[in-house]
Amino acid sequence: MRTDLKIIEQWIRPGSHVLDLGCGDGTLLDYLQREKQATGFGLEINPDHITTCMGRGVSVIEQNLDTQGLGNFEDETFDTVLMTQALQAVRRPDMVLDEMLRVGREGIVTFPNFAYWKLRWYLMRRGRMPESETLPYKWYNTPNIHLCTFKDFEALCYRKGYRILTRTVVDGEHQDRWLSRLWPNMLGQIAIYRITREDS
Amino acid sequence: MPDPLPTDSVGIVTPQTLHFDTPITLACNRTLESYDLVIETYGKLNADASNAVLICHALSGHHHAAGYHSEDDRKPGWWDSCIGPGKPIDTNRFFVVSLNNLGGCHGSTGPGSTNPQTGQPYGPDFPVITVRDWVHSQALLADRLGIDCWAAVVGGSLGGMQALQWSLDYPDRLKHAVVIASTPRLSAQNIAFNEVARQAITSDREFHDGRYYEHNTLPRRGLMLARMVGHITYLSDASMGEKFGRELRDQAYKFGYDAEFQVESYLRYQGERFSESFDANTYLLMTRALDYFDPAYEHDNDLAKALLRARCEFLVLSFSTDWRFTPARSEELVNAMIAARRRVSYAEIDAPWGHDAFLIPTPRYTAIFEAYMDRVAREVGA
Repeated sequence: MRTDLKIIEQWIRPGSHVLDLGCGDGTLLDYLQREKQATGFGLEINPDHITTCMGRGVSVIEQNLDTQGLGNFEDETFDTVLMTQALQAVRRPDMVLDEMLRVGREGIVTFPNFAYWKLRWYLMRRGRMPESETLPYKWYNTPNIHLCTFKDFEALCYRKGYRILTRTVVDGEHQDRWLSRLWPNMLGQIAIYRITREDS
Repeated sequence: MPDPLPTDSVGIVTPQTLHFDTPITLACNRTLESYDLVIETYGKLNADASNAVLICHALSGHHHAAGYHSEDDRKPGWWDSCIGPGKPIDTNRFFVVSLNNLGGCHGSTGPGSTNPQTGQPYGPDFPVITVRDWVHSQALLADRLGIDCWAAVVGGSLGGMQALQWSLDYPDRLKHAVVIASTPRLSAQNIAFNEVARQAITSDREFHDGRYYEHNTLPRRGLMLARMVGHITYLSDASMGEKFGRELRDQAYKFGYDAEFQVESYLRYQGERFSESFDANTYLLMTRALDYFDPAYEHDNDLAKALLRARCEFLVLSFSTDWRFTPARSEELVNAMIAARRRVSYAEIDAPWGHDAFLIPTPRYTAIFEAYMDRVAREVGA
């Protein structure tokens, strides 16, 4: 299993009711169902992923976050709402975060750090939009329309009144390295945040 | 029947009639002292009877869902595209049961059957049957066949309503409910279309208040009109446009009111054929069963509350151009399931054929159906 999913798994209490936004082929939910007796749903729009989820017994709903939102879920329906590597691809990340913390008590979000030193160096040296293994697209065809840095994300959390419960910074292989802990916004490639509303 | 027979066909099948002589009390508080159900089965029931799948039919459907009745049969059963060896409902793994519902006109006891009390056909005296009554009779059928728990109850349209009703009335007797192109209740527009169909039938002079059997006649015109209206709601504007467009039967307008457009002659042909083969009283009964279906009604109109009883897992599918039971109606059902914390998967399938799309295999529909049923089979050890 992907290392980021392993890290996330530690934060899910057994028997949790979980919503996975952009659940892909259902790997994480499948694992949580079996190992953590978790229940819940995945939302997905990719037809092949949806079929795979159905075939492996992961409850999946075809629903587009950008156009349909989460309005069909009542407040605090879930213990945890997950979104791995999708925040940067939605139309309004701030609103999605609001909705995540409305329908769930906790949110777990992972996204790539645009302030990673290699990307900074790429931009500085070439003066072009950075491309990397984690961001292998051209500026005009990238699905990642809202890239941000760890600092940006934390500033948004502060402004919105979200509490950051945990932050784990990993490299491209999702390994937790001491270097990226030293100076995360420069040396970390991917962050995994666990957040909740300030008042909860 | 095609020669050679395709390897994914169940081949020649023979219906059986099962007689039930324990009285069944219906939602309308009336009782049928005895009745027959006609069924077809495909595949083999396994030793622990865990691999049974029930197929519920839609408004004009019946027990003949797959295969051929004889070598001269031109067309296979109505859902042959999805039932057979290697098909989504794989008869190599599942024991498939398909029946003609009570009140039907294909062999099960219905308005055209003889009323034992009078020796005459029931006609309008046949009780109005509800979806819940059907499910009740299907449960009695399961008892008879030695099936405690269905691996899945599957249906499209009105059939999907029966699958949903199963999950509420017999929560421990099914593992999965597959609800395709259906709705948790009819809208005013749906009921309105049904009413036009019923008016067409009952206002036919040959209807004789439903006692046309005794008059040796049939309300053909009425039934034909009812079917024409119904048929329009099963198709989409796009699919009709593609099939007929504004094509004329002859080169030019004739400045009259005969069937000049291809679509007119198609509808007339479909309506006429239907009026010869379907019973008008059954049509009334089936449309009423549709109108009355509303599982939320007894739960303060709260569908989620009604669903709290369900134990099975659900697969809900809708089709993009279905305007009879739109994707929004399926989503209404799915959202109630989510609110009730039931296990549900949902997909809206892109298909141009309107409501009828649930009968027509498309790559995505087949892939999803196959993947889901494969998992059901693995779960029950089939």
